[in-house]
Amino acid sequence: MASLSIAGITKGFEATQVLKGVSLDIRDGEFLTLLGPSGCGKSTLLRILAGLEIQDGGTISIDDRVVDDLHPKKRDVAMVFQSYALYPHMTVRDNISVPLKMRRLSSWQRLPLFGRCLPNSARIRKEIAGEAGKVAKSVGIEHLLDRKPGQLSGGQRQRVAVARAMVRHPAVFLMDEPLSNLDAKLRVQMRAEIKELHRRLGVTFIYVTHDQAEAMTLSDRVAVMLDGELLQVAPPDAIYAEPNDRRVAEFIGSPKINLLDAVVRTPETIDVAGATLPVPTGCEPGTNIVLGIRPEAFHYVDRFAPGTLGARVHLVEHLGSDLFVHCDFPGAGAPLIARLATDRAPSLSIGETVHLGIDASRVLLFRPDGSRLPNREATVTTLRGRA
Amino acid sequence: MSAHRLSLPARLTRHAVLIVTGGMMLLPFVWMISLSLKPPGEIFHGGFSLLPDRWNAWENYTTALTAAPLPRFMLNGVAVCAAILALQILFCAPAAYALAKLNFRGREVVFGLVLVALLIPHQVLALPLFILGYQLGLLNSYAALIFPFVVSPFGIFLFRQFFKGIPDDIVHAARLDGLSEFSIVWRIMLPMAMPAVIAFSIFSVVAHWNDLFWPLIAVRQEELMPPSLGIMAFKNEEAGNDYGPLMAGASLVVAPLLIAFLCAQRWFIEGLTAGATK
Repeated sequence: MASLSIAGITKGFEATQVLKGVSLDIRDGEFLTLLGPSGCGKSTLLRILAGLEIQDGGTISIDDRVVDDLHPKKRDVAMVFQSYALYPHMTVRDNISVPLKMRRLSSWQRLPLFGRCLPNSARIRKEIAGEAGKVAKSVGIEHLLDRKPGQLSGGQRQRVAVARAMVRHPAVFLMDEPLSNLDAKLRVQMRAEIKELHRRLGVTFIYVTHDQAEAMTLSDRVAVMLDGELLQVAPPDAIYAEPNDRRVAEFIGSPKINLLDAVVRTPETIDVAGATLPVPTGCEPGTNIVLGIRPEAFHYVDRFAPGTLGARVHLVEHLGSDLFVHCDFPGAGAPLIARLATDRAPSLSIGETVHLGIDASRVLLFRPDGSRLPNREATVTTLRGRA
Repeated sequence: MSAHRLSLPARLTRHAVLIVTGGMMLLPFVWMISLSLKPPGEIFHGGFSLLPDRWNAWENYTTALTAAPLPRFMLNGVAVCAAILALQILFCAPAAYALAKLNFRGREVVFGLVLVALLIPHQVLALPLFILGYQLGLLNSYAALIFPFVVSPFGIFLFRQFFKGIPDDIVHAARLDGLSEFSIVWRIMLPMAMPAVIAFSIFSVVAHWNDLFWPLIAVRQEELMPPSLGIMAFKNEEAGNDYGPLMAGASLVVAPLLIAFLCAQRWFIEGLTAGATK
């Protein structure tokens, strides 16, 4: 069990700066996810935490002890790799036992054949085998102990990798996209198992992923990383509902948030592509802003009313309970995507004009530089009410 | 290997080419064994026959085994080849690991030097090595037969290429599991590189078992001679050109290699396929 503190970590590879001063405090027993697109530096940060790479600047402390100069094995962290990184020439039992053998047996006792004859060697080996068996049982692979990794399925290899990390009871678990090589169904199942594992062990987990569903479902807090910077660290619901940056809003949420350029008309209204919407901003008239509307912040309006957006239906995706309606909207660069409840929206056909009302309390406003403009208390809750 | 089937003429041509080239490779061996069975008179006889009219195999092979201490030569060969191979792996594997997986200044230069060393024929180095052996007082000993070969540029190159193909994550996992860099080499990299180790072992053993050039320079004493140098004893001025026993000796010297290769073949192929589908 350990808290972890990252202060001003920088790292560059040749000309590119991969991490640009990342600072983060992780509480004891927390499940923190580093979320970001590939190449954003999240895996590099994880390797630096593990001690596998050396940062150019900044410090890392585990339980208030600076570990920058410590060898990976002395940091009391364990890691599960995306590729599992199992030793292919060893059985599952040996794979799981390696961390214990390296710690408990002396280098003489580890020698093949001869090492087994040394005093205590047999006793320690027996203990290790017992513990490896117990850990294997706890992740449900006790029947596979004598197989080699090549004979296992992806999900089984994943469990072996987790067991190898668990066996020495590390203070911090690092997981580098552990589910990305699994098929969709297994991924959901393993996701639940990792959550359960965290609950059971109660140790600190740092989990790297580019999959927002994993980040949202697993984490106590999500740290969104982009281009080597931490943009926001917050619980999943806050990341979704209150992103502090346009890039966070764009990255989180599927389908993506709709972003429209808008101009403040009065402190209480804005102009968006010819329509005037009652969105209170408190800004000077004439200020350029960006209006972010989540797909579910739209609702279907059966006929035109002031303050609604009329758009041509371009594509309709049926998802059972919901419809994703992609519509072309004059003045918007990309098509808008609205998520409408199936029972509220009539069957829409392509080419038809649909009127979309906007829930003004749920829109997000950003400055042109991408930072968030705080929402002001809406004076009206729906646009239709005003019309 | 190809998925499509070749037409009949193409297949026939392919097999014809293979049979002819295979035959060219095999012919000297067949001829060697054939001569080792014949009496001296038939060897220089004008006609051509694979099998002798009068079998002289027993005499030739007993002469080969008794006239010169062939068993002793063979034991020397086994000891020298085993020592060379063990030392080569001992030095090449860590060097190759450093070149493949560790980042240090000058790594590419060092690797370049390995490639240069790969290009230099052994004969070029013979004189300097002879002088070095003389200065160190190693000449005319087992050590003289071994020391020029303990570091093999070919071994470093081969292992380095194989280690490069092993994912970095495995090295990282091993470091987190508490393995030292040397433990990583011996416990993780080398076992994973078994196909390369076996391939290299075959090359190394064949090369040094058959080596005549360096032993001829390095040792004078008969008890130290490896097999290839030993069977030269049959081709000297006093004995005349005693071809029957010479060929019998040569067949006996080659036999262990053939047997070893046939035994290792299954491994060799297993190793190659295991490497391919990892």
